[in-house]
Amino acid sequence: MSILVNKNSKIVCQGITGNQGSFHTEQCMEYGTQVVAGVTPGRGGQEHLGVPVYNTVRDAADATGADVSMIYVPPPFAADAILEAADAGIELIVCITEGIPVNDMVKVKSALRDNHCRLIGPNCPGIITPGECKIGIMPGFIHQQGRIGVVSRSGTLTYEAVYQTTTNGLGQSTCIGIGGDPVRGIGFIECLELFEADPDTDGIIMVGEIGGTDEEAAAQFIKSNVTKPVVAYIAGVTAPPGKRMGHAGAIIAGGKGTAEDKFRALDAAGVATVRSPAELGSSMQEVLDAR
Amino acid sequence: MNLHEYQSKRLFADYGIAVPRGIPADTAAAAVEAAEELGGKLWVVKAQVHAGGRGKAGGVKLARTLDEVREYADGMLGIRLVTHQSGPEGLPVNIVYVEEGSDIDRELYLSMLVDREFGRISIIASAAGGMDIEKVAVETPEKIFSIAVAPDAGLQDYQVRQLAFGLGLEKQQMRQFGDLVKKLYQLYLDVDASLIEINPLITNKAGDVIALDGKINIDGSALFRQPKIAELRDPSQEDAAEREAAEHDLSYVSLEGNIACMVNGAGLAMATMDLIKLHGGEPANFLDVGGGATAERVAEAFKLILSNKNVAAILVNIFGGIVRCDLIAQGIISAVKEVGVRVPVVVRLEGTNAIKGRELLTNSGLDIIAADDLTSAAKKVVASAA
Repeated sequence: MSILVNKNSKIVCQGITGNQGSFHTEQCMEYGTQVVAGVTPGRGGQEHLGVPVYNTVRDAADATGADVSMIYVPPPFAADAILEAADAGIELIVCITEGIPVNDMVKVKSALRDNHCRLIGPNCPGIITPGECKIGIMPGFIHQQGRIGVVSRSGTLTYEAVYQTTTNGLGQSTCIGIGGDPVRGIGFIECLELFEADPDTDGIIMVGEIGGTDEEAAAQFIKSNVTKPVVAYIAGVTAPPGKRMGHAGAIIAGGKGTAEDKFRALDAAGVATVRSPAELGSSMQEVLDAR
Repeated sequence: MNLHEYQSKRLFADYGIAVPRGIPADTAAAAVEAAEELGGKLWVVKAQVHAGGRGKAGGVKLARTLDEVREYADGMLGIRLVTHQSGPEGLPVNIVYVEEGSDIDRELYLSMLVDREFGRISIIASAAGGMDIEKVAVETPEKIFSIAVAPDAGLQDYQVRQLAFGLGLEKQQMRQFGDLVKKLYQLYLDVDASLIEINPLITNKAGDVIALDGKINIDGSALFRQPKIAELRDPSQEDAAEREAAEHDLSYVSLEGNIACMVNGAGLAMATMDLIKLHGGEPANFLDVGGGATAERVAEAFKLILSNKNVAAILVNIFGGIVRCDLIAQGIISAVKEVGVRVPVVVRLEGTNAIKGRELLTNSGLDIIAADDLTSAAKKVVASAA
């Protein structure tokens, strides 16, 4: 009852011996995630957090059958880490690293076009299927197994949506943070497509923000391809143009990417938009009740 | 990070891109010397600030005598130039760029930036140069031509031709234009630019293609591998509070309103601003204390918020994930004691150790208004600021 990851997912962590990698891998393992290997070049043969460390992702995948990678490698080396995972045949790559140069991601995106893998992130909280598998930095305890899919460009704002759907008892099937960078892996459309096809997802919460036109494209997609109810919120109504609001991708530039444009597009696609992020959970309950 | 025009043009020249000859000057006397060295009978004195719209704001002047050069340089240096992009405070003019005059035939537009939709670098050209390109895009989109470069194959000749034909260039100019675009693309990659804009790119009476203006923005995430470019940074052009925030790993943007907010996470920070507005208030800032907020960082954040004299109330909104709410509460308490906060502080803590955090605040004896959820937090802070 989920998309992309479940209790059978086998995770290799790239950068497992670093501070961030170590801390979060341990949290993921406590949550019940099957972390089967780590990769830190030059530390192959060692053990860390009770799992074997390998020099390369290929070694790790060959030895353990890992099919998902979780990346905490520092920004200068993160693009390389993503491509290494793709080359090793990893099917799902979750890159948490924040601050990767955009031109590096342009190259990565192009190189991944010929690969069948999926990339989530970078600069994202990760992906979680509650009760089964947590890959990333989100707090596991606010989640609850359930039937709402959550997809978001933001981290803590996702936690709001999650917390509200946990509190009102709906729970989540899978939650994906696609990240706040301008050039990234999978986007809203791919996630919406997966949630639409997932028999265990009844409704979808989509959290966008200013910058780019992904939400507008998602609205178009929803109009013709999504039959499940979608509740959406866009952050940044009050953001001034030309100012980057924290995330590298959260900037209104060239007159494009305003929150109002995105709300309008989503409204036109029949999405239940909310102007307050405090209403994501209750609004989802309402649209489900109305069916 | 943004570069000045004179810095951008120096890089252009290094890459063999035609620019008018020019010399930066930081005094009126130096400006006159620069004009003498350049020779000729026509000079342009240009204020060097990180904002567009300088011409209309009086930051670009045509001088026909050395006295005029002195007069204009003197008039610009030391002032704060207010343009439609600079904000009401304006930006300080510490350097003027003195350039030889150009005989303009046509004014074109050329820029490079990442196309987010395709994840590729796109090149945009327009025959309507010297104008606000956003306006052109809305009013006469047929005048804009763009291509996206496949990173492994690189910029192709056909793509350059596509732009050149769109601009209606003559044969000799097409070759020059193609050469310029290719060099500019290389420059974009080499310096990790996030934007290069030439507005206007001109053809002169002799038929040559010349970059009359130049703007380069650098991807801040790539500065670690651009030590030479990083040296070009001009802190005087940055908002003091925003700069100080960056030094403490805080992400801060000052706004016009009177309700300050402190939030963990960029998305939630924007959403908090929106909530304040939704409930009738005006946010004074965007402030993301980050996922790994510590008590020290919270204290720094308070100082920063209070450096804005307009602030009438503060909303702290923390969703503890990795961050523990009890640690944040301690940070708030010590900051309020240390900094001496004189405005109402509304705090909403949720997530990891939220109950413990709330208890700490209640027992602190400080005048902190607790809020249980997002909506009540927004309502309370708007009410206390009124």
